[in-house]
Amino acid sequence: MTPLLEISNLRVMFPVRGADPVVPVDDVSFSLAPGELVALVGESGCGKSLTGLSIPGLLPTGALLGPATSVRYDGAELTGLDERALRPFRGQRIAMIFQDPMASLNPVMRVGAQIGEAITAHRRVPRAEVDRRVVDLLAEVGIADPASRARSYPHQLSGGMRQRVMIAIALAGEPGLLIADEPTTALDVTVQAQILELLDRLRVARGMAVLLITHDLGIVAGRADRVLVMYAGRIVETAPTGPLFARPDHPYTAGLFASIPRLGGSAARLSPIPGTVPRPDQWPDGCRFHPRCPVCVDKCTRERPLLLPIERDDHLAACWVAQGNVA
Amino acid sequence: MTQLLEVEGLVKHYQSGGFLSRPKPPVRAVDGVSFTVAPGETLGLVGESGSGKSTIGRNILRLEVPTAGTVRFEGVDLATVSPGELRALRRRMQIIFQDPFGSLNPRRSIGASVAEGLEIHQMLPKREVASRVSELLAEVGLDPAYASRYPHEFSGGQRQRIGIARALAVEPRFVVCDEPVSALDVSVQAQVINLLLDLRDRRGLAYLFIAHDLAVVRQIAHRVAVMYLGTIVELGAASTVIEAPRHPYTQALVSAVPDPDPRSARSRIVLAGEPPSPSAPPPGCPFEPRCFHPLRDARCRTERPVLRRVAEQDVACHYAEVIAAPPLVPTS
Repeated sequence: MTPLLEISNLRVMFPVRGADPVVPVDDVSFSLAPGELVALVGESGCGKSLTGLSIPGLLPTGALLGPATSVRYDGAELTGLDERALRPFRGQRIAMIFQDPMASLNPVMRVGAQIGEAITAHRRVPRAEVDRRVVDLLAEVGIADPASRARSYPHQLSGGMRQRVMIAIALAGEPGLLIADEPTTALDVTVQAQILELLDRLRVARGMAVLLITHDLGIVAGRADRVLVMYAGRIVETAPTGPLFARPDHPYTAGLFASIPRLGGSAARLSPIPGTVPRPDQWPDGCRFHPRCPVCVDKCTRERPLLLPIERDDHLAACWVAQGNVA
Repeated sequence: MTQLLEVEGLVKHYQSGGFLSRPKPPVRAVDGVSFTVAPGETLGLVGESGSGKSTIGRNILRLEVPTAGTVRFEGVDLATVSPGELRALRRRMQIIFQDPFGSLNPRRSIGASVAEGLEIHQMLPKREVASRVSELLAEVGLDPAYASRYPHEFSGGQRQRIGIARALAVEPRFVVCDEPVSALDVSVQAQVINLLLDLRDRRGLAYLFIAHDLAVVRQIAHRVAVMYLGTIVELGAASTVIEAPRHPYTQALVSAVPDPDPRSARSRIVLAGEPPSPSAPPPGCPFEPRCFHPLRDARCRTERPVLRRVAEQDVACHYAEVIAAPPLVPTS
């Protein structure tokens, strides 16, 4: 199947006067098929959010893309497009939702009007039709009594309802891809479960691809088709969800699993990864995980491992030891 | 066994409005909560935002004055002691917060912050303070040479270690841990949980461990109290409450914890709706509007269930005896 989204050699750089640029996203490549749910997992500062933002060209001021970077959506190259040419890809064909809906919603505008704005942003729609679509969208994201809720202001809604409104806004342009950046991190666990079920239901009903950016491996299990694990600006492992959870090949992924407190079994002591995540201006040489790695060999400190298949064609890890290539 | 901490009928209401506007009904943040903590014991207090769990922590330490109820620490009713006695008692009861950056003075070196408690309580001669600070930093896994650095130079996990060193400086017997790891990355979170376990074993500390993450609480708590809308709905041994919960809310909470093992077969209960407002709690069972249990009836809507012993744990549900737990926790 032709991919819906194809990212290759994504590099996001911040130039530093009189020094090497800081490169928080360094040579990231992956693709998404239509209707696929792919999880991009990593800890804070690993570059996962910047990766998401760079897809519709929403980089922060001062950031530059690397010369070899290519972002193709539905066959169209997005890098190098000007703001005007990017418009149909922002909000309409590619939509985004974020962790804090309050920061994205206008506090002095009724939520129905904000959804209506998203409907008319990209096409002309008659007034009556807009109102009807607003109510339909609110109903689709599971808001009870949508006609009266459309007249609410954001502060009158709970966190879970606000995130549902954000999802309704995202759906307004009928996107083929939804980028969801930590969509449930600020929510309580019972509400988190509701939002994740909703995203999954919408993906199936609309055939929409979802890139789920999260720090929480737990919410990925049983939902994502594939997982991309990021560490220090690079993808270190990728596999279908089942095989990844059954047998992580990269020591970082294995370390993440050993760090997660679990409900089942005995409350055994956790085995955390020693040390802390390095800062983007202090990425280590060679494999960037090597200072914290329990199986590090001399080669890891010098040479960068590439993302290569281990045992299965669709299970790749960037680790010299997993690849059996330590000489 | 004599209890270190006894909380009885604790109530905290916040009044809102009333100065220029009409008074509103009070927010019933904590609505009649009782529990005990034994020396060396960890009680986990679990609940979602707005359930009142952090309010309990602050009221126990009398950082806020409870609306009603008693809090006894080492047998002493904290409401009856003089300010001087309270200050002396506070040396033995400390608190660690979710955001240590918010509780560290950005203009003081971390050594000075850690030493503050030692100086206030005049626990050591001045010349011994610096070496004691070094020992404390080493005990929480930090390089003692960091004492002269400032909070902004540290990562989130390191700041939490500083917060812990600061709490330990005054040799407490009891520490309220208010969401101490929820702001940390998962690899660092596990480091801090292990540190808290080590310190508990080494110093015989008792913790009130407040968290929204049931899996984190499972790692550290001996007993667990589950809160919903200002009340405890279930209380018992951690393994019992998590593996065989009897309150429908606990069952939903356990089933909603994301499980990083996709092969485990367990039922998922997705609750409808969100918790009601604590300023207008339902007259009967606080969980009734969201309860999914087929036995739910008119009694649940009108009569508030009391926390009572059912099987191995205390449960506040009229039908706890007949509610069997579905398989919620993977058996591995």
